[in-house]
Amino acid sequence: MRVQRLLTKSGSSIPTDEVDLSLIEPLINKYKGKKGNLIPLLQGVQAIYGYIPRSAFERLSDETGLKLSDMYGVATFYAQFRLSPVGKHIIKVCHGTACHVQGADSISMALKEALKVNDGETTPDKLFTLETVACLGCCSLAPVMMIDEETYGKLTGSSAVKIVKEIKIKETQVKGD
Amino acid sequence: MAETKVIVGLGSCGIAAGANKVYNKLKALKEADNLDFELTKTSCIGMCFREPLVEVVDENGSMIYGDVDEAKAIEIIQQHVLGHNPIKEYVVKTDLFSTPDQSYFEGQVKIALRNCGYIDPENIHEYEARGGYQALRKIAHESISPEQIIQTIIDSGLRGRGGGGFPTGMKWRFARANQSDEKYIICNADEGDPGAFMDRSLLEGDPHAVIEGMIIGAYAIGATEGVIYCRAEYPLAIKRLNIALAQAREHGYLGKNIMGIQGFNLDIYIKEGAGAFVCGEETALMASIEGKRGMPSKRPPFPAEKGLWQKPSNINNVETFANVPYIVANGAESYNKYGTEKSKGTKVFALTGKIKHGGLVEVPMGTPLRDIIYKLGGGIQNDKKFKAVQLGGPSGGCIPEHLLDIQVDYEQVTATGAIMGSGGMVVMDETTCMVDVARFFLDFTQKESCGKCTFCRIGTKRMLEILTRITEGEGQEGDIEKLEELALQVRESSLCGLGQTAPNPVLTTIKYFRHEYEAHIRDKKCPAHSCKKLLTYEIDPNKCTGCTVCAVKCPVKAIDGERKKVHHINQEICIKCGDCYNNCRFDAITKS
Repeated sequence: MRVQRLLTKSGSSIPTDEVDLSLIEPLINKYKGKKGNLIPLLQGVQAIYGYIPRSAFERLSDETGLKLSDMYGVATFYAQFRLSPVGKHIIKVCHGTACHVQGADSISMALKEALKVNDGETTPDKLFTLETVACLGCCSLAPVMMIDEETYGKLTGSSAVKIVKEIKIKETQVKGD
Repeated sequence: MAETKVIVGLGSCGIAAGANKVYNKLKALKEADNLDFELTKTSCIGMCFREPLVEVVDENGSMIYGDVDEAKAIEIIQQHVLGHNPIKEYVVKTDLFSTPDQSYFEGQVKIALRNCGYIDPENIHEYEARGGYQALRKIAHESISPEQIIQTIIDSGLRGRGGGGFPTGMKWRFARANQSDEKYIICNADEGDPGAFMDRSLLEGDPHAVIEGMIIGAYAIGATEGVIYCRAEYPLAIKRLNIALAQAREHGYLGKNIMGIQGFNLDIYIKEGAGAFVCGEETALMASIEGKRGMPSKRPPFPAEKGLWQKPSNINNVETFANVPYIVANGAESYNKYGTEKSKGTKVFALTGKIKHGGLVEVPMGTPLRDIIYKLGGGIQNDKKFKAVQLGGPSGGCIPEHLLDIQVDYEQVTATGAIMGSGGMVVMDETTCMVDVARFFLDFTQKESCGKCTFCRIGTKRMLEILTRITEGEGQEGDIEKLEELALQVRESSLCGLGQTAPNPVLTTIKYFRHEYEAHIRDKKCPAHSCKKLLTYEIDPNKCTGCTVCAVKCPVKAIDGERKKVHHINQEICIKCGDCYNNCRFDAITKS
């Protein structure tokens, strides 16, 4: 059923939000009082912070009169919304039908092993979040993954790991500079 | 003015295959030496298996080059554009001579996809130059009434291309019959089937055709506002739709008194979906537009009576709308001359999986399934043995070899236990496990169930547990019967299409591939060598040369061994990805 992404299970890492709530003011002004505004509001908040912080839910509720329970219900219903912060790069491994029959499972397993995270989790260095998506619509290039805006096709377990490692090397070089 | 045009295919698959790099290279070449050719872009022509594609049009005609990278792009410019000497061996499509890939287009009839790959989707003039907005113009100039439009659509035989197959004209007639001060026309662009990308390609390649179809639909039913509900996972489609909507407003195709028709006012806006497969169901889709959880509601009342915001509404799919301008401009006969008795016109399919020529095809209804797979699709990858083709995504089913001679139309596909669906066609070969395919789809529908109906919420979960158990070698006698019983109950007791059709992948695989289920349950074997828990990779010490390729390729470092000595796979670490098996040049790796 479609209610999977409740706040982080262990309780250890429920984010204490220290976010700048003034960033969402323009969004509130744009959608306040408009009918059907709940989803665009949440999408807008996520576009700013990468996830929907608890404090943003509360501010939206105060400003627009939308009920917290309704917002939480919608945010946990749709796959797009995240309730905890994400890494700098989001890896979306496609698990559409075409990718599945071409071995998407192996791609996910190899990445999980290499990054030491499970689906939906973020690496401790906050560089990568690993996700599974239903279909990216690039079926002829299966199996496929998307990192940020870039799509990579015709993958194998080892080529997928190599791509991620190259990004990681670039990031450490930038840090070292 | 430049005589030669160079056109790069920049659809999502093209870009994923590297088309942006090719475009930028061409641009740099042109600018560096101020070369005399016109560089433009288009979208998907359907030959995904040859992306990136670059078309050169000169005084001799058009030639499309396939598998173009930066190096090939330089060659094409130097030899063809500047040297007037085409590189024939790279050409994949042309009318000037025959190419090995031309069979891909033989038998295709492009109506919905008539402009995809031929126009720059961000340029309204290119759409107009190929007959775009002529249908709307015709309605205004010849004062065609909404009733006449509806009759034309009924006569054309067009049925809902999202999978429902309900006659579009009838749907419009119901929506027209309900009087209201506000009415909505909605385009369902929430293409959720995993393995389908027809709507994405259409929206990216020809957004104006969909918009013109919606405008005509709005005129026919008397709608005052239009909404396109599009997946957020399709950013390029949304970008191009927004550009097209702005152009349509600027040119007076949207706005007040459109084309001089008094009182015909319409604007269209985009609503981005937030990722929920069930929102493809029309009542759930409308709930989502209203900002609620996308849960289906009981019908009646039907959307034509009480839809979005409780007003009469009409929902059609992207491909359905794209057909409408063609039918109105050319007459019902131009469309219903194709097809079978009850299924008229053409249908777009996304041909994927273990097929040589994967891509987007549009064929007349009634084309034999075998022709689509073997003539257009070129047969099975690596010449392996065909096992099944999956139609209709999570709501559909798997069609086996002995039914390949059916003609593809709504009636014959439904008779196999699959459904026509929106057009996903995933080909599977002997290495695909059919129990695993059923498990894959159940996993999908179980996660996507909105949870409203008990049988869909819990029944799919129980079915998934049984299927998972079978694929892990823990199946028990009686599991198949239990699956069949649950399948019937889920089908009978669910409110919407998601639950009613969720058992289809299980029922069709049991029907046609029962022996595979039995092999898993009784012998604890996966005949396709695909289920990971029932699979072991080992190295044959007599054949291993110690070349180290497998150890290097292994993504989890499960293989150790010294150079020139026999290697060994650590079964505890092995994730059974098969990279070693696929890369060993000495056949030293066995799977069992």
